[in-house]
Parts: sequence; structure tokens; C-alpha cells
Amino acid sequence: MSHLRVRLLTLAACAVVALAATRASAQVADHQYTSADIEAGSRLYANQCALCHGPNGDGINGIDLRRGVFRRSVSDDDLARVISTGIAAAGMPSFRFQPVELTAVLAFIRAGFDPSGTAVKVGTPGRGQALFAGKGACASCHRVNGAGPRTAPDLSDIGAIRTPSTLQRSLVNPTSAMLPINKPVRAVTKSGTTIRGRRLNEDTYTVQLIDDQERLVSLIKADLREYEVGKTSPMPPATAVLSSGEIADVLAYLLTLKGGL
Amino acid sequence: MRYSTGLAEARHYASRHVPRWTSVVSGFSRTGALIAATLAIGTMTLMAQGSAVTYTRILNAAAEPQNWLTYNGTYNSQRYSTLAQVTPANVTRLEPKWVLQNQVFGAWQSNPIVVDGVMYLTERPNDVMAVDAKTGRMFWLYRWTPSPDSRVCCGANNRGVAILGDTLFMGTLDGHLIAIDAKNGKPLWNVTVADVKLAYSITLAPLIIKDKVVVGVGGGEFGIRGFIAAFDPKTGKEAWRFNAVPGPGEKGHESWQGDAWKSGGGSVWVTGSYDPALNLTYWGIGNPGPDWNPFQRPGDNLYTDSVVALDADTGELKWHFQFTPNDGYDYDSVQIPVLADLTWKGTPTKVLMWANRNGYFYVLDRATGKFLLGEPFVKVNWSSGLDANGRPIQTRQPAGIATYPGNQGGTNWYPPSFSPRTGLFYFSAWENYGTIYHPEDATYQPGRNFSGGGFTVATPVPGAPSIGIGRRGPINNWTDEVGNGAVMAMDPHTGKPKWKVTQFDVTDGGMLTTASDLLFTGGREGYFHALDARTGALLWKTNLGGQIVMAPVTFQVEGQQYVSVIAGSSMFTFGLRDN
Repeated sequence: MSHLRVRLLTLAACAVVALAATRASAQVADHQYTSADIEAGSRLYANQCALCHGPNGDGINGIDLRRGVFRRSVSDDDLARVISTGIAAAGMPSFRFQPVELTAVLAFIRAGFDPSGTAVKVGTPGRGQALFAGKGACASCHRVNGAGPRTAPDLSDIGAIRTPSTLQRSLVNPTSAMLPINKPVRAVTKSGTTIRGRRLNEDTYTVQLIDDQERLVSLIKADLREYEVGKTSPMPPATAVLSSGEIADVLAYLLTLKGGL
Repeated sequence: MRYSTGLAEARHYASRHVPRWTSVVSGFSRTGALIAATLAIGTMTLMAQGSAVTYTRILNAAAEPQNWLTYNGTYNSQRYSTLAQVTPANVTRLEPKWVLQNQVFGAWQSNPIVVDGVMYLTERPNDVMAVDAKTGRMFWLYRWTPSPDSRVCCGANNRGVAILGDTLFMGTLDGHLIAIDAKNGKPLWNVTVADVKLAYSITLAPLIIKDKVVVGVGGGEFGIRGFIAAFDPKTGKEAWRFNAVPGPGEKGHESWQGDAWKSGGGSVWVTGSYDPALNLTYWGIGNPGPDWNPFQRPGDNLYTDSVVALDADTGELKWHFQFTPNDGYDYDSVQIPVLADLTWKGTPTKVLMWANRNGYFYVLDRATGKFLLGEPFVKVNWSSGLDANGRPIQTRQPAGIATYPGNQGGTNWYPPSFSPRTGLFYFSAWENYGTIYHPEDATYQPGRNFSGGGFTVATPVPGAPSIGIGRRGPINNWTDEVGNGAVMAMDPHTGKPKWKVTQFDVTDGGMLTTASDLLFTGGREGYFHALDARTGALLWKTNLGGQIVMAPVTFQVEGQQYVSVIAGSSMFTFGLRDN
């Protein structure tokens, strides 16, 4: 009785939080699907896809739709093509969805099957790689597979350790997505030398960093005159130089970076 | 609860060690008892010869500070030693005297006892070692291999042994209580305290009171019904039992509805205290089950998250105080009850001090259980405060909003200390640490996990690394933005810390104070500190390179004061340099 009431209240509170999240994410709507898309997709998925792929999206060997594990597909276009044309050899039928329905199913998959989650658009990796090195200037700070500077975090395995939505957040609003450990630090020694770098590790008495000359530096806090952990990311938002479509392409490229060396 | 699995480790040991017990003497492993016993005789003659550890000696343990006779050192559990060879002036002359490397792996939460130059300590899963306290060399090693059915939520821990006469007592991961000959490491008797198939375990160090061995059972994440029980030290026969979750006809049963009590939790996994004048023994009781779904078990769920005061002769409940009724956050009240005699508002009062996992510091009258004081020591938002009787006014956070303190609590099982010289109560706290709870209905299945949902640690950025139950590797990539540690020196009269020293990472370090006003403690970062107990000033530190998840102990052999602490997989024992 009281049990049920409290549960209902909890659900209601859930809904409020989900709404708030939706509103916040609406500001970057161009890069991601709407909550209406995701919700519609969840119904379509349950009716059309779940029979084979299972309620959790892992019903087919080697595929985990919820976690973004596919056999060949990378981009949203790839997924749309597979859904629309099917894979006859593997027994997957073709689905004649309306464009809005197709978008909805993609949204549900990209949201990780979470109706209150966010789903980002994933473009074409090849274009993304070109943008990474070129117009986006990502490679001027980030290193991938042994090439590029080490001042910013190495991205060689970023596609394996980040979800699409957190990667997108990093691109669009770097400060809001910056992991605490990666924050830039500034230290002034007692002798007056200023050291700037990216934090690698810290404890009560010491801090380890890679400085702007790519040197590994370990500092004892008691030896410092000043020590400051920056609050903003040194990375400019990708929106400053890239369009929404280009951001989706860069995201697609980053998702292909799975490490493994 | 502490969270993660230790089962795989327990199974690993089970497959490794056959038969179920072995004694290793002077480097020879033998299953033939005769051969081992013969070898042991030679070893025994070289051991420091002390008189047997009588109840009277334990009662007066404070009078023989060269020893550390019980888990908490003395019955009042102050973890305060009158040894004063190491002082604020010479503490920088501490040097490692010996190191004992763990024979196994995993966080080492054991607390040694020291008797007349011999240290007895345990390692995972249920090994007991007798070690020369001066050199670290081993006299004997006894291994009990727990049943492969053993299930523990959070690692194959054992926190130590108790001693009475020449007999050691150890609880096991599979719910046994074993008596072991302190001279040669041979088992004397072995009784089943609780059913391992229902996921009962014993991880705490037993407590000797008079002619009884008292233990409690773990398993609060598996729908057990917890209890504390006393046993005859000669035979292992059960003398009394107190049900931490009262059944029909028992007082407190009305705080449960339907059958929820049957799987109501109430584990007991940290050793209690004893007041001989009142003849009361005090124990902290763990979380109710399922852990994170309070809606499934309406009512206060006595005596979970409570301190109970039991008649030491009969186990009869004299009073209780519940810190967190109908707990939905896993706020085990398994902290050590610390007893002291204070002048409370002008009146000499026997008090009990308690920094609780729920984020409040309490002072109770330990004769009656009356609430004297309760103040939050970290950010608390599950409750807006305590009423005149100390009962919390609960303010459950909406779904998706972080609850403070988080799942591992404002503090936890690691031992605090009280110095009668400074009048301060010292403990490790976790600050700015919150978790988001996801309650789900749980169905009880015997011996299976019964936690009722889950939780996630609140992080400043989605998907960022977070604090674990134990330390997650040598790189702190979660940072103090997810939570930080602090040594707090609480003034029990005000409920406000007189001072605190923060640490970048959270800490599970226990506390030790001495008559020279030193405070020894450590933390997850691996630093072992000596602080000025009056001011918190750092007097000495050393990096031991592994997380410190237990309290240091101190003892003396042949005129030398030692301080031992476990860090990572090693025990380090320090003493002053000779010069």
C-alpha cells in the first residue's frame, strides 16, 4: 500500500528528471536524436526487432545493439541500409520503415535502449578522419596511434572507452565533459619556476603531470609556492569550427579508434 | 555492505588446498599430524614463554601495553596505548624493522594480536600465522580451506583471531568457529555456527568475555538473518544466541511486516566491546536486506543499523539504539562501539561514542542507551536532522539525485580511537562522496544475492572514473572531485571536529593513539602517518606503496616499542633507530 505509493512517487520523480534531461539536451539537438524519436523507436523495436534481436539487443551472436556492437556497421547510414535492405545470407529481412520510423529505431539503438537517454548521430568515419587532421585541427593537440603531440589525452583507444554520447559531449562542450584527472594544472615552485601541464595522477602530497614540453614531471606539493587545478578545458568546442554533420563524422571516426596495439 | 565478489578467490583457495586444514611448521608442510607435531616441539621451546592469557589478563589488558590482547586492544575499544617510547620528538627516527609479505592476494584487513612476543594474525581466506613479533619470522602457519559454497560480498576477508588460555579462535568464511592451539597451530575443535549454503560467513575477530567466545555472522547482501552467539571455549558448544532480526514472539519483531524478517539481514561483521562493570557487551548490527529497497520491507527493521547492549552472560537484550530505521542506503552500523567515562554536562557518565556510516556522530549513555548527542560530520541529505531521541528525520532524495553520504558511508568498519589524554575521538571520514540509488524488487533465493537494485557513484562528469569499494589501481583518476578522505578529531562534547586533516583520496585507515599523544593512521594512497594527536600536525610519514585498510597496533618486545601496520599485501613493523 504505502509501498506502492512510494514506488509511484519514485516513478514520477524519474519522469521529471527525464524531462529535465531532455530539455537540457534539446540545446544540442542537431547532433542528436530527440527524446520523441527514442520513445517511438522503443515501440517499433519491441514490435519489429525484438523477436530476433531480443529485448536487450543481444539476441544475435556477435551483435549487441544496446552497447553499439555491430558486425560491420559503423555509421547511422550503415545501420539504416542494413535495416532497409536486410542481410539475406544472415536471415535478416528487409524492413520497409518510413524515414521517421527509421530515424526512431536508430535513435533507440543509439540511446542504448534507454528511453530517457540521449542518442547521438554518428556520421562517416572516413570524412571524420579527414576533419580530425584538417579543418577540425584535433591532431594539433591529440595523438592517435603514435602520431601527434602528447599534450592532450591520447585518443588511440577512445572509441573503446567512451560511449558516443560522452564523446559528443566532449566535442561540443569540452569543459563539461573533461574528466577531473585531465584538468590542466599550473604550479609555481619556491624558486619561481612556473610549470604547466596535464594532470596524470595526484595524492595528498604529490602530483604527477606531463608538461607542455611533454616531460613527465612529479612535484611535491610542499615544495610549491602555488598549485592550481584549472576549471576549464584547453580544448575549444568543436562547434566553433565544425558543422553538426561534421561533428557527427568526427564522432564516427573516434568510435573506430579501439586501441589494440 | 562492501561490494564486489570474493567468491572466486574463495573457490581458488578451495581448489588449491587439500585437505581442509594443514599446518606448516618450520617450512615443512605435512598432512600427517604426528610428523608436524614432532617438529613443532622443537619450535615451541624457542618461543617466548608467557603465562596463559586468562580472562583477568584480558580484563586488565591496558596494564600490559607491551601486548595487544584483543582485536580492539582493550574491552573499551579505545585503541589507545600507554606505550610512549616513540614520541613527537623522536618519531622521525622510526625505521622498518621487519616486513611480512602476504602469502595470498587481496586487500588485507586483518588485525593482529600480540601476546608476550608472539604475534598472531590471519590472512585470506582463513590462514592463521604465529610470528615472532621482534623479527617477523614465522613459528607456524595453519590453513583452513573454506567450503567452495562460501559466498561473501566483498572479498575473502578475515579480521583476526581471539585468544584465551593457550587457545586461539577464528571464525571462517564458511561459517565455522575453530579453536586452534596457540603453541603449534593445530585445530582443537571446529563447529558450524551457521549454514554456508545460506551464505552465512564469519569475517570478524571473535571476542572473549569471561568463559565465552562471542562471534557474529556476515552475509547481509544474501538475505541472511543475522545473529550474535557465544560459545564454550573448551568445547565449542553454543551458550547463547541473540537474533539481530527478531522472530515472532521476540521484542522488536513488530518492526517487520509479513515474512520480510526471514531474510532481513542484520549481519554482524565487526567485533564489539564490553563493559565489565555493567556486564554489557555492545555490538553494531549491519544493514537490512534487501540493501537498497526499503519499500520492500516497511517498518523500522530492528535491530538492523543499531547498536545492541547484551547481557554478557545470557545474550539478553538490555537496550538498543537504532541509527537508521528502514535503511535504504546500506548504512551498516558495524562501527566499533568506543567506550569512555566522560563528565557529561557536569555529571560523570559512562558513554559510548560512535561515528556512524550514515554520516552522524553519536554519543549515547551506555548504561541505558539514552541519546546524548548526534551531529553530522559530513554532508548528509538522506536526513534533515535528528529528533530529541536521536531518530533521524528522513528525507529520501528523488530518483537520479545523489544521496550523501554515499554507499560506503561517511565512515565505515575501520577502527576509530579515543585518547583519554586529549579527550578526542579519531576516525577516518569520506567527504563529498555521494551515490545514486536504483532500488528494485528482489526475490529471496537461498544463498543468492539479495541486494534489491544497485547504486552508482556520483561523478562530476558522466562516465568519469569513480571511487571503488577498494582502491582501483595506483592511478587516482577519479580525483577528490568524487570524494576525499579526512582524519577527524571529534570533540564528543560538541559533536564538532576539533581539527581535521584531509587526504586527496578517500581512506579506510584505522586509528591508533598513544600516551605520547601520537596518532598513527594511513589511507588508500599508501602513506603511513604519525600526527600530533592534539593538533593534527604531520610529524612523520612514509610511503608504504599499498593501501592501508586497517588500524595500526603497537606493542613492545625486549624494551623496544613497535608499531605494525598492514599496507597492500605486506605488514610493516616499525621501531626507533638505535642511534
